Amino acid sequence: MTMSDIGLWSVPLAMLGGAIRVSTPFIFVSLGEAITERSGRINLGLEGTLVFGAMAAYAVAVETGSAWTGVVAAMLAGAGFGLLHAWICSFPKVNDIAVGIALMLFGIGLAFFFGKPYIQPAAPRLPAIPFGAWSDLPQIQAALSINVLFLAGIALAVALWWCFKNTRAGLIVRVVGDSAEAARAMGLNPTTVRLIATAVGGAFAAVGGAYLSLYYPGSWNERLSSGQGLMAVALVIFARWNPLGCLAAALLFGAAGALGPALQSAGVTQGYYLFYAAPYVLTLAIMIATSSPGRALAGAPGELSITR
Amino acid sequence: MIKASHTITRRSLLKTSAAGAAFGAVGLPLTYRPARAAATTVGFIYVGPKDDYGYNQAHAEGAAAVKGLSGLTVVEEENVPETVDVQKTMESMINLDGASLVFPTSFGYFDPHMLAMAKKFPNVQFRHCGGLWDKSKHPANTGSYFGYIGMGQYLNGIVAGHASKSKKIGFVAAKPIPQVLMNINSFLLGARAVDPTIVCQVIFTGEWSLAVKEAEATNALVDGGVDVVTCHVDGPKVVVQTAAGRGAYVCGYHANQSPLAPDKYLTGAEWNWATVYTGFAKKMLAGEPLDNFVRGGIAEGFVKMSPLGPAVGEAARKQFDAALAEMKTGGFAAIKGPLKSNKGDQVVAAGQALPETAIELESMNYLVEGVQG
Repeated sequence: MTMSDIGLWSVPLAMLGGAIRVSTPFIFVSLGEAITERSGRINLGLEGTLVFGAMAAYAVAVETGSAWTGVVAAMLAGAGFGLLHAWICSFPKVNDIAVGIALMLFGIGLAFFFGKPYIQPAAPRLPAIPFGAWSDLPQIQAALSINVLFLAGIALAVALWWCFKNTRAGLIVRVVGDSAEAARAMGLNPTTVRLIATAVGGAFAAVGGAYLSLYYPGSWNERLSSGQGLMAVALVIFARWNPLGCLAAALLFGAAGALGPALQSAGVTQGYYLFYAAPYVLTLAIMIATSSPGRALAGAPGELSITR
Repeated sequence: MIKASHTITRRSLLKTSAAGAAFGAVGLPLTYRPARAAATTVGFIYVGPKDDYGYNQAHAEGAAAVKGLSGLTVVEEENVPETVDVQKTMESMINLDGASLVFPTSFGYFDPHMLAMAKKFPNVQFRHCGGLWDKSKHPANTGSYFGYIGMGQYLNGIVAGHASKSKKIGFVAAKPIPQVLMNINSFLLGARAVDPTIVCQVIFTGEWSLAVKEAEATNALVDGGVDVVTCHVDGPKVVVQTAAGRGAYVCGYHANQSPLAPDKYLTGAEWNWATVYTGFAKKMLAGEPLDNFVRGGIAEGFVKMSPLGPAVGEAARKQFDAALAEMKTGGFAAIKGPLKSNKGDQVVAAGQALPETAIELESMNYLVEGVQG
């Protein structure tokens, strides 16, 4: 046995690595959804935006040879999807949830259609920063090889949290999300604010997709997303519309997702299907534990179609 | 509904007969499609994209070989889930495209989907890829074909055994079904033909295609000290790229993945479905009955190996070539007694050898000693 055999220690290490590797799409999609919902709209189409963003990023990266150009392309495409959603929803009596589901299917279908020629070619990958270089253990080096987008996601979560609290722009989004009447009385146009918020949210979600196709797992195919976009929408409710909460929830979700493979690799082979359900069980458990009939959905924006 | 299916049944019967075309045009006003000339149509159904560097690509390459035959039309549909969707696909291939032979290529298409369709369309031939068909239980217009690709994994194992320094090799597997277990066991036994102390760590992802989980599983294997990885999932692209990115060697599966990791790719077990599909298609065109049970391995040209990569040393190459030559004579036995399962039970008695053709291998339900997982 070699130096690199670290036995059961590989489990917490893999969970740490998993939290860093797997959580990034969740961070971006849930932050995007948090902005959208704070402005009073629900965009369930982010799964479609994620998949389309993944395809767009991969395709552009293959064509231009630059992963970063791919990320920018994904952001533009995501903003486009967000604008489309917001535009359709700006008409009276349009149900944003139904539009979201339609756009989800549209985004996925469009991504499959345009993505066909890009399943085979290999695109350049996004760079990672080797924070683990101090260690001799390859496992630690691998776990701490951190992608720039992950760091950007953390910075973004903190920045959003601060903006919502302290800036005029944050206040405008919150007012529009809590009461459209109050916003109009202030001279704000809720439709414009929601248009911008949904577009920004779409752009963030598409970055999550770009991470999937350009870094981890780092290839485009039609089975790339396994519902990350939808789960992230649920994480926003779980995080009570707080960007820092979104970050924590995404990390927790990523770590729990790494539990299954890590335990099997360490020799725990019974009931791996159960371990694979760990993230979902965890979400359910925390939702139940933190819910109470007295203060249901604390922090929910007042204008959401589910709370209105 | 009953009337419609009756009409179609009669029609497909007519189609297969020589004068079918003429009758079809005159006698069936209900058909919503002009009857074609008596061309034979063959349908292929894939569970994923047909250029996935894996399972579906291998089948699509086989289907492409059939397209070259004259008098034959090929219809294909990809990304068909293993649900009632596949029944709709089969039905539309039969009703609308006039397919008289259908290949539902994924494991989960068989029961109940293909069986239900076989009952509904008794004049259409169905051949399923996998080992599920049983003469005593299933209709006569159904059948199965499969290849002894486990032997390819045995050869993978030999090369992996030479390449591994940590004496720990890894396997990313989808679901614990007999074919997958056979591949895992063969991979380890091939490696143990080089060094009997080698162990194989296996991780099941639970699904045929789940990119993030496959990447996580590969990372977990490498974190656990594995330095050669292979897999049995539908699209090995993610596993190959992730493992090579972590500095581990990889052995391919389903199709040739060497372009994805030219330095780290040792060899790979590939399907050669062209042999099988052209065989069926030629019989169909000649009007001969189709076999219900088709099997073959390296000797029959059902399975081939990727060219050896640059990292394969001289000793590995020699042992690989020797085993390959032995397999080409047919009936190679990777599973030989005495053999214990990893739970400690005796699974093959001393002196007993199960050649690749042994039917009991298709119901394998154990992992051999040395496999962890």
